[in-house]
Amino acid sequence: MEWITQLQQIVGKDHVKQSRAQLAAYSFDATAGFQAMPDAVVSPESTEQIAAIMNVCRTYKVPLVPRGSGTNLAAGTVPSQGGIVLLFNRMNQIIELDEDNLCVTVQPGVITLDLATYVESHQLFYPPDPSSMKISTIGGNVSENSGGLRGLKYGVTKDYVMALTTVLPNGTILKTGGKLAKDVAGYDMQSLLVGSEGTLGVVTEITLKLIPLPKAQKTGIAYFTSLEAAGKTVSEIIAAKIIPATLEFMDRGTMDAVEQFMNLGLPQDAEAMLLMEQDGDEEAVTRDVEQMIALAIKNGATHTAVASSAEEALRLKAGRRAALSALSRKRPTTILEDATVPRSELAKMVRAIEEIAIRNQVEIHTFGHAGDGNLHPTCLTDSRDVEEMKRVEQAFAEIFEVAISLGGTITGEHGVGEMKSPYLEWKIGAEGIDLMRTLKQAIDPDNICNPGKMFAKSTKPRVVLHYG
Amino acid sequence: MVNVLEQRMQQSFVDHVDENLLMDCMRCGFCLPACPTYLITGQDEVHSPRGRIALMKAVRDGEVKWDGSVEEAFDVCLGCRACEPACPAGVQYGTLLEETRYAIQEAKPTSLKEKLIRKVAFDGLFANQQIMQGTVKLIQFYQASGIQKVTRKVGFMELFPDSLRDMETVLPKIVSKKTRQPQEKKQLRVAFFTGCLMETMFQQTNQRTIELLEYLGAEVIIPGGQACCGALHGHSGELPKAKRNAVQNVNAFHHEDFDFIVQNAGGCGAFLSEYGKLLGSVEAQRFSEQLTDISSLLVKLGLTEKIAQLPKKTEGVVTYQDSCHLRNVNKVWVEPRALLQATPGWEFKEMPNAAGCCGSAGIYNLLQPVVAGQILEQKMKGVKAVTPARVVTSNPGCLLQMKVGIEREGLGASMQAVHIVDFIYETIF
Ligand SMILES: Cc1cc2nc3c(=O)[nH]c(=O)nc-3n(C[C@H](O)[C@H](O)[C@H](O)COP(=O)(O)OP(=O)(O)OC[C@H]3O[C@@H](n4cnc5c(N)ncnc54)[C@H](O)[C@@H]3O)c2cc1C
Ligand code: SF4
Ligand code: SF4
Repeated sequence: MEWITQLQQIVGKDHVKQSRAQLAAYSFDATAGFQAMPDAVVSPESTEQIAAIMNVCRTYKVPLVPRGSGTNLAAGTVPSQGGIVLLFNRMNQIIELDEDNLCVTVQPGVITLDLATYVESHQLFYPPDPSSMKISTIGGNVSENSGGLRGLKYGVTKDYVMALTTVLPNGTILKTGGKLAKDVAGYDMQSLLVGSEGTLGVVTEITLKLIPLPKAQKTGIAYFTSLEAAGKTVSEIIAAKIIPATLEFMDRGTMDAVEQFMNLGLPQDAEAMLLMEQDGDEEAVTRDVEQMIALAIKNGATHTAVASSAEEALRLKAGRRAALSALSRKRPTTILEDATVPRSELAKMVRAIEEIAIRNQVEIHTFGHAGDGNLHPTCLTDSRDVEEMKRVEQAFAEIFEVAISLGGTITGEHGVGEMKSPYLEWKIGAEGIDLMRTLKQAIDPDNICNPGKMFAKSTKPRVVLHYG
Repeated sequence: MVNVLEQRMQQSFVDHVDENLLMDCMRCGFCLPACPTYLITGQDEVHSPRGRIALMKAVRDGEVKWDGSVEEAFDVCLGCRACEPACPAGVQYGTLLEETRYAIQEAKPTSLKEKLIRKVAFDGLFANQQIMQGTVKLIQFYQASGIQKVTRKVGFMELFPDSLRDMETVLPKIVSKKTRQPQEKKQLRVAFFTGCLMETMFQQTNQRTIELLEYLGAEVIIPGGQACCGALHGHSGELPKAKRNAVQNVNAFHHEDFDFIVQNAGGCGAFLSEYGKLLGSVEAQRFSEQLTDISSLLVKLGLTEKIAQLPKKTEGVVTYQDSCHLRNVNKVWVEPRALLQATPGWEFKEMPNAAGCCGSAGIYNLLQPVVAGQILEQKMKGVKAVTPARVVTSNPGCLLQMKVGIEREGLGASMQAVHIVDFIYETIF
């Protein structure tokens, strides 16, 4: 094929792979049930090469799917229309740490954890910490606008992006932002690019804001016999003007699974668990954690604990950390979803998920980030069972419906990709979709940048629900 | 045109690779940073656990047709199983790899000659310890480039003569076997799984293992009729033969009464510890449960406290290279370090990435010399960072590999690779 030859000329023969094994290995990401083969897998080493690749793709109308580590849960990197998968494995350098301007400039292929460890060794802090940070790339984080356990207090990826270099679908190289704390010149193109999931161009260089590393950290835990008590505690913590670094939640089913798997000795009668963490100055940290625990007790927590050492903190966190692992061992297929509601609606949402699971005869357990209302209802199923999968899909549609009706959204951090695209209109409305289409059309008229993502062929009909 | 091999391969995957085990993988990618081949190949998903599992599934489902590129993905895997502890879903990668290699072996047309060589290797040399013992067949086997022939015949990649020559230069001198005096009956009885490599090439290490245990007051018995552990068979797609050896070993250790079965080779230990899973019988399960590795047993019998009492003279820095299987499968890494830390006169320094595979991986370094060489080079960077006088290992393959690494770096004058038993023995006696 002519275009393959041209790509080989740009990046070198060794960096365009087309073997059956290569095509298969890049045909999926972390999303269950999605798979499609690309035509080639390409590893460029510079922004300029990517611009040249973009021009080839545009000339020959070849789809281009950027891929970090393929850990996304929305089928965002599945090459469903074929074309090339574009890798950043050769673009994984930390370019500059600028301690005067408190920022760091990196290539997109840098692994999130490597960046975090690197800046912490300089007493600086990069707060966004998706649970996948051990393996996710910064390019992927920016493109998904990923959040993490510290989202409540510190915000998400977009709050740290200061400058971007992006190759646009027309092959030009766009630079946005800078090492500036303030910048209001023109449309905020950068905000548009963050979270655009590879549909508006390829991010090739990123400058991220850093903050001073907090001096101390403390962890507490509380168990409740009712979901409502846990939910109420979350509201009261915020009402008491405490913004915890982390406020995590597990429901009874998740705790059962964790207990079966790890024998941590979690209380048997608990229906919900809250994990609370604060960081900052020693004194404030201690005060906040004590106050959070006091609020938990006031709301009827049956058991609480505060870690007195780093090891003990790790022990307290072990259960929450093992949540997904423990659940995933129960059935062949694990579908981790991402519905988000205002935190005041937390208990209501979890109850609704329970009812939906029972009604549709599927197994769903919920854990997540209580502090920001970002829940991960996790369905344990078997993708080979066609009948069951239909019920799973129905259950998730109902969950999104409830989330939206409670003022929430269909995804808090995992993105839309291909999997959530039929639901996007539920959240942003027909007008929202229209405007998005207009933008996409203007920026990528040939629809080569990650086609088939974000925009669905058709929107799912809204389910009409009668719940609680 | 229908390709018969492609079809047969798919069928063989359906027959031998457990779909449920494949389904356990949720493709999260948490295993990627743990995998040495993923890292050394510049993060190539084909050479990652997640990629390999996807390929197994794709071949099984008929979504990807078998070809050389698919085969290579499985060949490049070290089988080090670093991916297993990293996996939140508890995917049994080791089992999947064995099943896959068996499926390939079953479906691939093999020439008469290859069949013969495989028979010599897997039914002869690595089946029956008697054949190896004393006769030093293995050395001849290496030196006459027997492995070279086997590997060629097995249909893997061409060997680089270099790696073989390197291997030969580091092979230890064979010592003749001591005859052991029968012991009076002691409180604690330990049955020793001698291992075929350890009992021939590393005969001295085995003798010292026994002496150390006796020094700690244990009675050591060596049940007759032991076979090679079967790891080599299992990892080369010869599962039925691995099972045959397993059955023989379980029987050999069945009748006598003792408290532990001890072994001193990490690779064998891992395979032995999974006999229960491999055979699914009660006896096999008991065998696996009784099994312990030498470091753990020495610590349990109080050697750490005992050596700490010994007089000190300053010796130098010692570091430890984990045996992948001992660490990733048997979860033993604290005990060997505890022993080294307790050894008087030696300063224990942890090298960077001590847990990462050294590239030896059974006979991988002979089958995949290029990747193995790259991994070893990385490893030696870590070793050089702590400049030890001794690099201690717990497995014959790793030991030879580290010796090769030291030779290649020209560090032979200041650095030595030794088995942990020999290291301890030399500080005590
Ligand atoms: C177990 C698990 C836990 C997770 N936990 C969290 C969590 O806590 N919070 C969270 O937010 N997410 C989480 N995720 C989702 C996922 O890890 C994140 O979305 C992550 O940011 C993806 O990074 P990646 O490098 O794998 O990107 P990929 O999955 O490879 O790509 C993600 C998207 O970005 C695009 N893209 C990638 N790089 C570029 C680039 N350079 N330019 C343009 N587009 C690009 C891709 O086309 C795709 O659409 C989790 C996933 C798993 C499997
Ligand atoms: S860590 Fe486990 S579940 Fe995740 S991709 Fe690797 S093998 Fe699969
Ligand atoms: S066994 Fe080792 S080399 Fe093979 S996939 Fe697992 S970590 Fe990688």
